[in-house]
Amino acid sequence: MKKKVYPYIPNSEPEVQKEMLRFIGVDSIDDLISDIPEEVRMKGEMKLPEPFEAEADLFRHVNGILNKNKTAEELRCFLGAGCYNRYVPAVVDEVVGRSEFLTAYAGEPYEDHGRFQALFEYQSMMAELLDYDVCNVPNYDGAQAAGTALRMATRIAKRDEVLIPKNINPDMLKSIKTYLEPDVKVTYVDYGKNSGRICMDSLREKLTDKVAAVLVMNPNFFGVIEEHAQEIADLAHAKGALMVALVEPSTLGVLTPPSRYGADMACGDIQPLGIHMNYGGGVAGFIAMNDDHERIEEYPSRLFGIAPTDGGEWGFGDVLWERTSFANRDGAKEFVGTHSALWGIAAGVYLAAMGPQGMKDLGEAVLQRQVCLRKMLSGIKGLCVDKFSGTPFEEFVVDFSGSGKSVSEINKKLLEKGILGGYDMSKAFPELGQCALFCVTEKTTASDMKALAEALTEILG
Amino acid sequence: MDKFTSMKKFHQAKWNEPIIYELSEAGQRATLLPSACCDCIDTAEALSTLPKNMIRKGSANLPEIAQLQLVRHYNHLAQENLGVDSNIDIGQGTCTMKYNPKVNDRLAGSPKVADMHPLQPDETAQGILEVFYKTGELFKEIAGLDVFSMQPGSGSHGVLALASIVRAYWRDKGEEEKRDEIITTLFSHPADAAVPIVKGYKVTIIQPDADGYPDIEAFKAALSDRTAAIFFTNPEDTGIFNVRIKEFTKLAHEKGVVCCYDQANANGLLGITRTVEADFDMSFFNLHKTFGAPHGCGGPGSGLVAAKKEFRPYMPTPLVEYSPEKGYYLDFDMPKSCGKIKSFWGVAPVVVKSYAWIMALGAEGLKEVSRVAILNNNYAMKKILAIRGASMSFPNHPSRIEQVRYSWEQLKADTGFGTSDVQRCIPDYGTHYWSSHEPFVIPEPFTIEPSESYSKSDIDAYCAVLKDISRLCYEDPEHVKHAPYNSTVQHIDHDYFDDPGKYAITWRVYTKKYKGYFEPR
Repeated sequence: MKKKVYPYIPNSEPEVQKEMLRFIGVDSIDDLISDIPEEVRMKGEMKLPEPFEAEADLFRHVNGILNKNKTAEELRCFLGAGCYNRYVPAVVDEVVGRSEFLTAYAGEPYEDHGRFQALFEYQSMMAELLDYDVCNVPNYDGAQAAGTALRMATRIAKRDEVLIPKNINPDMLKSIKTYLEPDVKVTYVDYGKNSGRICMDSLREKLTDKVAAVLVMNPNFFGVIEEHAQEIADLAHAKGALMVALVEPSTLGVLTPPSRYGADMACGDIQPLGIHMNYGGGVAGFIAMNDDHERIEEYPSRLFGIAPTDGGEWGFGDVLWERTSFANRDGAKEFVGTHSALWGIAAGVYLAAMGPQGMKDLGEAVLQRQVCLRKMLSGIKGLCVDKFSGTPFEEFVVDFSGSGKSVSEINKKLLEKGILGGYDMSKAFPELGQCALFCVTEKTTASDMKALAEALTEILG
Repeated sequence: MDKFTSMKKFHQAKWNEPIIYELSEAGQRATLLPSACCDCIDTAEALSTLPKNMIRKGSANLPEIAQLQLVRHYNHLAQENLGVDSNIDIGQGTCTMKYNPKVNDRLAGSPKVADMHPLQPDETAQGILEVFYKTGELFKEIAGLDVFSMQPGSGSHGVLALASIVRAYWRDKGEEEKRDEIITTLFSHPADAAVPIVKGYKVTIIQPDADGYPDIEAFKAALSDRTAAIFFTNPEDTGIFNVRIKEFTKLAHEKGVVCCYDQANANGLLGITRTVEADFDMSFFNLHKTFGAPHGCGGPGSGLVAAKKEFRPYMPTPLVEYSPEKGYYLDFDMPKSCGKIKSFWGVAPVVVKSYAWIMALGAEGLKEVSRVAILNNNYAMKKILAIRGASMSFPNHPSRIEQVRYSWEQLKADTGFGTSDVQRCIPDYGTHYWSSHEPFVIPEPFTIEPSESYSKSDIDAYCAVLKDISRLCYEDPEHVKHAPYNSTVQHIDHDYFDDPGKYAITWRVYTKKYKGYFEPR
């Protein structure tokens, strides 16, 4: 049988193989693996499905599977809860699709100048959005950013307990705990049953001089703005603790940035800044703070800095490399690895494309839709949009407990009408009964909202 | 012109590209946003619902730039970057730089992946769930193990998942407090030492013996009933396959220790030897290394976790399952799970790309990947060892698997130039070279990994470049001192990266510390 030559494997061609083997001085490739003992050799061959060797066949096969998805574009999407159905400008896809970026990895500042500059600019624009001096090369996701920011706070404050509010994103919390356990003790702060905001009495009670940091999610998972954030920061600071704000960065064209209400650090996820949802694969994290060397030393992440060159160009490189686990494997600040750099480049393009006015327009478009949708739903019998008195921004809680129907039943019926209903909160927050978290983005249309209101009227009626 | 000659005449794009803030012109816009959705509420009224103290005063200092000018800026930056698609990328050993097929980008970039919300009901996500599930099925053969999670976003994240699973396992066995040590080896990936520390483990690092294998006597001495797990990379960063690997796992298992295999780079092992044959309980695979997904300038990737079925209860939640009644679904019913490693379920586009990559090659193709990676590596090795000043670590092995850790020790002794100087010279040839993971226990190290994607003439050209740089070090030290010449930028002053008074991590800090071109304020 003729030996197969593969398009991705140039040296699968038999003549070239022979020539290379001759040069090495062996008869076959098997001679090159002779030191792998028989006892660890695989017996027989892997039983994999027949491959689709022709590209057209492969495309048909994989595309055929993916076509079974029904996307948020094909449905009317009211899901948020940590992932946002934002419009991604074509320029963002164009840049991150450039193969010089897509297929690069860890090149040096000389031959990969472009990615260093693009990520330095990303850091610079994020810092401005957040109103801090410093931002890192992206973490895996907002959850890692929050976990790491809290760990950084434990090193800065030299204490090993952190306070986390119960109105935090439950999916994120699971990963945050992975980063904190077992070294860091987590104590939970209650939320106010009426306001949906952090309960100040609970905070005062839990906030001892053993606490390194208080985490505030703003807006919190219920969509509610933590308008007393400054007071929380003041309380934390009075006890020698830091305040860490977990923010949704696309809200900051309109909402006050965390540095201005006393947060020592901000963290969060950049998915809403021009990254496709990708079934949750579009997440990437950030941690920002002021230009304080002692605190910057606690970052595990890469931080790209700017430097002069012999030629008078802008040069770039890694700031404080010795902190990282690349430099110091068992003495590092946590660890760094392949995180989500490409999404950092994407978010940079997005912020540059939006500019100051774009971010403001975005925030206003989202807020206006939220107020509009909440008003449209408010008259429908069987639901309540005033579960919490706190002010929402892009998401809000709808309580269906009075309808006698479960969120799961309601969402099933909504789906039959082509609507992705709100996130079902009943498992993560059983104390709230049958509540769902509804989300709007700038893509939500009046027709989407009308369809939702009509469907809910019918389902609950 | 042959490839080497072309490379010698290379000049990288040099746009002297300004920082994006320098391109800002007041009033410019690159994109416009939708206005209010309807007339029922206007923007001012909506804003009036917000607490006054929570409304941002002034706007964020972002650049203002029109669309063409924005695209041009980023195109310039892209041209000032070398990816696999632009260069013979064999100088980043341990990272398995290989070709990332375009058809896979097309598939993974489709709206059928991009526009999926992670919290959609499973019934609307049958396509993507099927890809996750079937990728796991493929790894039943590739790893020889039983259960899979695609949640981790990279290899280090895979180590975090494994360390978290180990902790959950010992918690369930009632030995979490006692089993607080992890053993790894010096030539395992640095993450195998760094990450378990985050999970509260004391880490012991086994030094190599005279042949470069992890010292088995030191290993025996380190093992005890306090050992929770071992984390071994194989082949190690030296490219040497640990031939006694089964002795290590046997000794560990005798003490009840969990055996974790770092298969981040499995590019020389496909269909030859697997996790199951080496008798490890768990392993992880970097889909962005061995399995054809791109590296994206440093992620997102995927560190697929594979485990024996007895570890299923401790895996990250949720797992993707299938039943004829429910179809494909996310299984959250895992009370003993180690929890979550990452938001949502993993990097779906990367999983799609690797699924497509494996399905294009099949069993025979995967084995050919590894066979050719080994062929390429041993071919390059013979060429590199013939270069003046170059040698390899632990030379007493007949062959290497997929990579080799070399040394410029002799070059350094003869000329004063070492690995960082070679690294500075190589951009002038339009390619890339990485020294090695630290610490540099091999003097003046470099690690070359010519994966299956590179042709014989690619390897010839790259080796000719190394030879030419060696020649320059011996014959023209003045030239070497000031390299690079044909790159985007010239020699960078590293004092600006470690001095707190000098470093600037953002443009905002730059403008606080400096005016003009690095004139201190």
